[in-house]
Amino acid sequence: MTRTKIALAGEGGQGVQSVAKILVEAGYEAGKQVLYIPNFGVEQRGGVSIAFCQIADETIGEPRYSKGDIVIMLSDRAIDRCKTYVDKNSIVVYDTSVCTKKPDVECKEIIGVEANKIANEQLSARVFNIIILGVLLEATHVLKLEDIKNAMEKALGKKFDAKPELRELNYKALEMGMNLVKERAGAL
Amino acid sequence: MAEILTLPPNLPKAQNAEVGASKFCPGCGHGITLKALAGAVDELGIKQKTVFGCDIGCSLLSWNYMDLDTVQTHHGRTTPVIYGFTRANPEAIGIAYMGDGGGLAIGAQHLVNATVRAERMLIIVVNNTNYGMTGGQMSPTTMPGQKTETTPYGRDCEVTGKPAKAAEMVAAIADPNKSFVARSTVSNVRKLQTTFVKALKNVQNGGFSFVEVLSLCPLNWRTNNFETFERLQKMEEFFEVKDFLVPEGV
Amino acid sequence: MVNKLIKEDTRMFLTGNEVLAYAANSAEAEFMYGYPITPQNEIMHTWCKLLPKTEAGFLQTEDEISAGFSTIGGILAGKRAFTATAGPGNVIMQDAQSMAEMMRIPFVCAVMQRGGPSTATVIYAQQETRLTCYGGNGEGFRIVYSTAGHQDLYDYMIKAFNTAWKYRFPTYVLADGYQGKMREPVTLYDPASRGITMVPTQKALLGPGEIGVDRKSVHLRNTYNMEEELMEVLDGYKADYEKMSEEVQEWEEYKAEDAEILIIAHGIVARSARTAVDELREKGIKAGLFRPITIRPLAVKPLRAAVQRARQLLFTESANGQLAQMVLEQLYGLNTPYTTLYKMGVGVTGDDIVNKVESMAAAV
Repeated sequence: MTRTKIALAGEGGQGVQSVAKILVEAGYEAGKQVLYIPNFGVEQRGGVSIAFCQIADETIGEPRYSKGDIVIMLSDRAIDRCKTYVDKNSIVVYDTSVCTKKPDVECKEIIGVEANKIANEQLSARVFNIIILGVLLEATHVLKLEDIKNAMEKALGKKFDAKPELRELNYKALEMGMNLVKERAGAL
Repeated sequence: MAEILTLPPNLPKAQNAEVGASKFCPGCGHGITLKALAGAVDELGIKQKTVFGCDIGCSLLSWNYMDLDTVQTHHGRTTPVIYGFTRANPEAIGIAYMGDGGGLAIGAQHLVNATVRAERMLIIVVNNTNYGMTGGQMSPTTMPGQKTETTPYGRDCEVTGKPAKAAEMVAAIADPNKSFVARSTVSNVRKLQTTFVKALKNVQNGGFSFVEVLSLCPLNWRTNNFETFERLQKMEEFFEVKDFLVPEGV
Repeated sequence: MVNKLIKEDTRMFLTGNEVLAYAANSAEAEFMYGYPITPQNEIMHTWCKLLPKTEAGFLQTEDEISAGFSTIGGILAGKRAFTATAGPGNVIMQDAQSMAEMMRIPFVCAVMQRGGPSTATVIYAQQETRLTCYGGNGEGFRIVYSTAGHQDLYDYMIKAFNTAWKYRFPTYVLADGYQGKMREPVTLYDPASRGITMVPTQKALLGPGEIGVDRKSVHLRNTYNMEEELMEVLDGYKADYEKMSEEVQEWEEYKAEDAEILIIAHGIVARSARTAVDELREKGIKAGLFRPITIRPLAVKPLRAAVQRARQLLFTESANGQLAQMVLEQLYGLNTPYTTLYKMGVGVTGDDIVNKVESMAAAV
């Protein structure tokens, strides 16, 4: 049984839960088994926001897992909070332009991306989380690009229709995110 | 003598003739209050659609006193049971019947919020200035200086605050366009029944009604007949007897 | 009557709280009384959002005491009414739940457990297990379904109304913050399409007939004067409860037939246990799961049978053995050794269970 366990963590306002929602919607629409628990602790207001997602081919048992296959950390506090979800089989992604430190973890691979910087300088701060979604997609291949685009259309279609350039911006962000992984140092 | 005793008592139709002798203590104000209430129900002809909720304490002894569909609860929760009922069945006329403890202490939040929401019901608080059933402790309405089991040297308002004035409080927060609020007394039974008629009419019109009834508790007051009514007179001086809010159509 | 929204099988991707609101509508629930508390709020939110279509009723009360008591009021008026709560809300609602128990009121409540004691966390726990089964100053004459995911939430919320109205004991859907907040696919259906007919409701007060003409006035009691009077009533309740128990009890066994190590878990933790059982079996360890679905009443016979077949037991809960306490009482006379994995107010993962069972297997 293939099951991908994804943890996404960042500061409130970084759009972690929005990205998680697009991801799991995409999985659901693609006919996968999906389970998503937003972190909804008191810290939801102004603290670290975590999304626990699972995408699988068969029925998912446990709602929460001990270790993620991919753990994405988008702030220093997210690194501290989410180390516990990392083991030697995990891929860890962190944002080098937000975090002031590299996650001190033993894992399969650490990928540093400058998503925040790229978003601010080349695209728009608003699509920071979509770049991350691109990174996630390329790092896991858990879903197809088309699945994600369909889910984005479902979530943001009305906004896209009103402002078609938004669609382009989001697609571009996705693509740039994917490229960050493809072109990373040591990529196969 | 035997023949006189078998004469049927002159009871309102909304009062349960089968209940026999009243279970209330001799001289208690509940019997008078309930008879006036039953008379008001008769007057308006609403017996078949009235639901009566009685609270714990002495009020609970009214549980089979009325020939009305009745439910018992406790601790002022009679109010949410009855508004839960009338929300689900808007045709019904709901009455929540309780003492000053249930209404103003342990169940005060229900009184406050039912008033603010103008729940379509009548809340009756029978004020005898103590917790009667539990043995005569101080209640929110215990008079200054009044001796109770928990104020054996008399209520000291410096320590326990001043007596709560329920009708004034309810009138202050009620919507005057929808709410009938009054304080009445068992010393004038006819007027008490008229007050209940106005209150129930307002509920029939879709409004909220609150009636505080100044009542008697000779057992816990440790008063004889004369002293009991003297005490009631003092209460009537302290707690103003009047209609505080009277909406249109009542 | 309310309008049912689900007319045919509908696959949806929802949170558990949304599922519960849809389930209540599919069960033709007519009224919800509620008070905000995390993590059950979205049951109310969804219920309220659907009101223009369902034409059902809703009242936001001043607290959970009122939510419980007004639900009772609605039920006495003959409505299929319900409420939902969690944590400290469940604590203060026990007052009303006790009354429902005393007066045999078909009270339905969804409990979305959060951490305890007291305010604790708003997230998740299994720490209201004992409270929901045995809360209040009574004997626990209640029926409690412990669900393990969204399909369960839908199925058992519908079932809860029928169980309550058929047997007249307060009936609960016991879930938790994870189930309330998580999203997973679920198939919603019209109960009729599964051969489920809703048990008709009855008006306890202001029912048919004219007082003094067709019937006497009804005087519902919550108070008894004499000790013996009360015991006679409760003995009757007890007999009814025991008679009903075999009819309502439900459980699930997963690879328990030949299990040497039997995991006993309920609710969402049982799902982690399933994951663990699969992994352990791959590693050659004969693990299995016994999951009580009704944790009150427990399915005692199948439970004892499964325990007798096993060599070791593992109790695991997101609480300090609240289910285990109830189960162990029913295992009197058996001497199967047991181990525990309790994480108070924290989710139990498959890995947690795998590690524990491996250590148990190694110790033999």
